[in-house]
Amino acid sequence: MSDKILICRCEDVTLKEVREAVEKGYDDLESVKRYTGFGTGWCQGKQCVAAAARAIVAFGGQPPAAPITPRPPFHPLPIAHLAALTDEEEAT
Amino acid sequence: MKPLPEEAGCVVVGAGIMGLSVAYNLARLGVERIVVVDRGYLCGGASGRNGGGVRAQWSSETNIRLMKRSIKICDEFATRFGINVWFREAGYLFLARGEERAKQLAQSCALQREHGLPTRILDAADVKKLAPELDTSRVVAASYNPSDGVVFPWPFVWGYARECARLGVEVHTHTAVHAIEETAGKVTGVVTDRGRVRAPQVICAAGAWSPELTRTVGVELPSHPHRHEICSTEPLKPFLKPFVGDLATGLYFSQSMRGEIVGGISNAEVPEGLDQGSSLRFLALYARSLQRAMPRLGAVRILRQWSGCYDITPDGNPLVGPVDEMEGLVLTSGFMGHGFMMAPIMGELLARYLLHGEERELFERWNLRRYREGNLLSETMILG
Repeated sequence: MSDKILICRCEDVTLKEVREAVEKGYDDLESVKRYTGFGTGWCQGKQCVAAAARAIVAFGGQPPAAPITPRPPFHPLPIAHLAALTDEEEAT
Repeated sequence: MKPLPEEAGCVVVGAGIMGLSVAYNLARLGVERIVVVDRGYLCGGASGRNGGGVRAQWSSETNIRLMKRSIKICDEFATRFGINVWFREAGYLFLARGEERAKQLAQSCALQREHGLPTRILDAADVKKLAPELDTSRVVAASYNPSDGVVFPWPFVWGYARECARLGVEVHTHTAVHAIEETAGKVTGVVTDRGRVRAPQVICAAGAWSPELTRTVGVELPSHPHRHEICSTEPLKPFLKPFVGDLATGLYFSQSMRGEIVGGISNAEVPEGLDQGSSLRFLALYARSLQRAMPRLGAVRILRQWSGCYDITPDGNPLVGPVDEMEGLVLTSGFMGHGFMMAPIMGELLARYLLHGEERELFERWNLRRYREGNLLSETMILG
């Protein structure tokens, strides 16, 4: 199999890197996420988490009971839009 | 899963950077049969959730001295442990927007210089040169130490874990400690969800979970957990050199080696307790202050937010060393959200103290007994 197969397109994580993580003992979904960085880019795992989970199981890792913890915001949001949500005074 | 041993020479509770650094250093000094247990996975707690700042700019002599040594360990970590920690000598820039704060920074700066740090006080024009994108119109002064740095936290945990394994330390993740056990005021081991481990020594490196852990053996700690949130933007071309901090709002941000702006801010309305959830209020407070500090970031998008728990002590100083009323119980907790950067040197010093009695004065000062005796300490440069 090609070493260039991408599991996570946002962070360029390859299938080979997922296999190496599992072989090193980082064999559950959250640990593989941290060790390879899959799911931490633009889509926050929406595109890759299922493929990564399948790969982990195929390489002998632990079958995940749940997806990686979803992190807000649901979609990337500009700082200016978020800043407009508060009118509290800033501490000085 | 490897079976849990029934007996150990020493059980370390918490496989964050603190517990692993202590275990690694004890093992290097020849201690055998060390077992590290953790309820979750590596990097699952505060060690995997912090902003990766490492600085020697503090207001107390002790923190300055220890962090100078910790930064040196961070700098050499990649070579020594064979893992890339993405260490960047970014420098920490503390902004003051009022005279009172400027005076405080000047005092700390003088103390830091006495201890050989290259910290200097900058005026608004100097700040502008260092970080042109900052709005300096409200900046009265700033202190800057070019030798402070930023790291990627996760590889430190893996590096220590790997060296621990090489030295024969057993690291058991997904193993929750239900209680510490004792007989007649002496620790006898721990009970976990995977069985019991007998040991004459238990080291509590459980971060924000420490108070509930020691309570199982009747030891009340004065510290409490407090949720601190943090977030990350989309990656940008490298442009921001220093790690920027504002002690008035608790705002801090830096650019990671991945290009993301990573930062957080104080949120006093968060009730104390173990909580790793996220709030929209935090995002709003942070975005508002960040945009004021650096208006051009308004167009940059936040990709994700998460949180971790600080282990807060009433006097801002940690709880380290043996517990008088429970023989065999040793603490290394209460690091106020700065345990990550302190852990490389704390692990080394605590191991040397426990085995050889070195640095006695430091460990007497940071002992839990100061709360029984009323000798509280101070530190004004807590961030976040």
